[in-house]
Amino acid sequence: MNLQSTPLKQEHIALGAKMVDFAGWYMPVQYSGLREEHLACRQKVGLFDVSHMGEIRVRGPQALATVEWLTTNFAGRLENGQAQYSLLPNSDGGLVDDLIVYCLEKGSDYLLCVNASNVEKDFEWILKNNRGAEIINESSDWGQIAVQGPRALQLVRRVCGQEVETIPPFEFRSLPYGDAKVLVARTGYTGEDGVEIFVPTNLCVELWRHLMSEGQDLEVTPVGLGARDTLRTEMKYPLYGHEIDATTNPYAAGLGWVVKPDKKDFIGRSRILADKEAGLRRKLIGFKVRDRAIARQGYKLFSFDNKEIGLVTSGTPSPSLNENIGIAYVDKDFAAIGQHFHVDIRGRRIEVEVVSTPFVKRDKN
Amino acid sequence: MASFNIPEEYYYTKDHEWAQVDENVVTVGITEFAQDSLGEVVYVELPEEGQKVTQGEPFGVVESVKAVSDLIAPVSGTVIEVNASMVENPGTLNDDPMNDGWLIRIEMDTEKELANLMRAPDYKKLIKV
Repeated sequence: MNLQSTPLKQEHIALGAKMVDFAGWYMPVQYSGLREEHLACRQKVGLFDVSHMGEIRVRGPQALATVEWLTTNFAGRLENGQAQYSLLPNSDGGLVDDLIVYCLEKGSDYLLCVNASNVEKDFEWILKNNRGAEIINESSDWGQIAVQGPRALQLVRRVCGQEVETIPPFEFRSLPYGDAKVLVARTGYTGEDGVEIFVPTNLCVELWRHLMSEGQDLEVTPVGLGARDTLRTEMKYPLYGHEIDATTNPYAAGLGWVVKPDKKDFIGRSRILADKEAGLRRKLIGFKVRDRAIARQGYKLFSFDNKEIGLVTSGTPSPSLNENIGIAYVDKDFAAIGQHFHVDIRGRRIEVEVVSTPFVKRDKN
Repeated sequence: MASFNIPEEYYYTKDHEWAQVDENVVTVGITEFAQDSLGEVVYVELPEEGQKVTQGEPFGVVESVKAVSDLIAPVSGTVIEVNASMVENPGTLNDDPMNDGWLIRIEMDTEKELANLMRAPDYKKLIKV
């Protein structure tokens, strides 16, 4: 299979990135070093190429009705320039993907930002369940650059103008850049303040270079997919294929806050609610490992009396905490903060403790 | 492309361990290519002294943030020394995999097994440098 590349491939190579195959994309996994990049994003500002993410446009008089039917969150609440985290449910009570819905024109124009690994599947699913809207896969029209960290807005205002600093969290604005427009959204996947910039493919390199050069004195650092994953894990943000998949009930995943069955009907609504009513046996928790070894996805959890009680979905060293952390589904009787049990790491039983999440709390100034 | 230090007098496995032979004692580590591929090493699991190891079989584990890899024994024999400092300072595997980052010393059962290992020119071909 041919790997797809983003418009920034040559930039990454010139920066000395280690390139890997990620979901069919030729992507930078790290540049200077995962830990250094992670901490640069937490303490200064990081630049991420997320052009591999998918963009699906839903337009026309039936756009809102279609988005409401396809997603769990209440899209009808969105005004122009507002965004929301949401889920694409399947008919069986599980999830096709998670996404962000951007409202370009209330009622008639929405942009759905979906996971790179799911673009084709999502697009087909959306076409199949369309309620009369015009559906366009715009993924190849858009590059996407995330600028994240305490100095992110300071950097982006130099490149996209002062208005950037007035964008509230989970809102976006269309701002002029060169002879085109970019969408600057106050969203992200790191837990830090910052933006994600949707940029026409042909301007992507120019914008990246511009951000890199304007950010020199702010110590802007390109950040690869490796640190993107450790950053999101420290926040316990779900990643499709890890915390959520086709069998995940959103309430079990702790995502009930984006499920609005009292506001509207949506695909799989009755099944999701029935499973919730029946009592969800498992719950998504965060844990710390009392060992140097890492509890990775797929490793099993056991009670001290040796009953299998759960499964790890993500595990990593936390560069911010210098401890090994993880996310897991565990039997609800073991899900309380402070509970202890074992993880089986290649035949060794290592103690873990359920802790409050996010693992890393952002300073509220 | 990074340039790697691949000493001519060492032996190599296809799993990217190096083996330095001094009479019947073999010092084992991972190659610079291996550390570069792994990225930042965060955890190393090594055998105890006195443990038996078998050529081609795992004797320990090395973990980076992104991956777990088995460490493969280049020869069969008995572990006579373990570099315990690696457990405390796994980052040494990144900084100096060819020297301070050595992992174990094996008293080998038979020199004949060395014939199953690669020499530097073949190893360079394997990693395409």
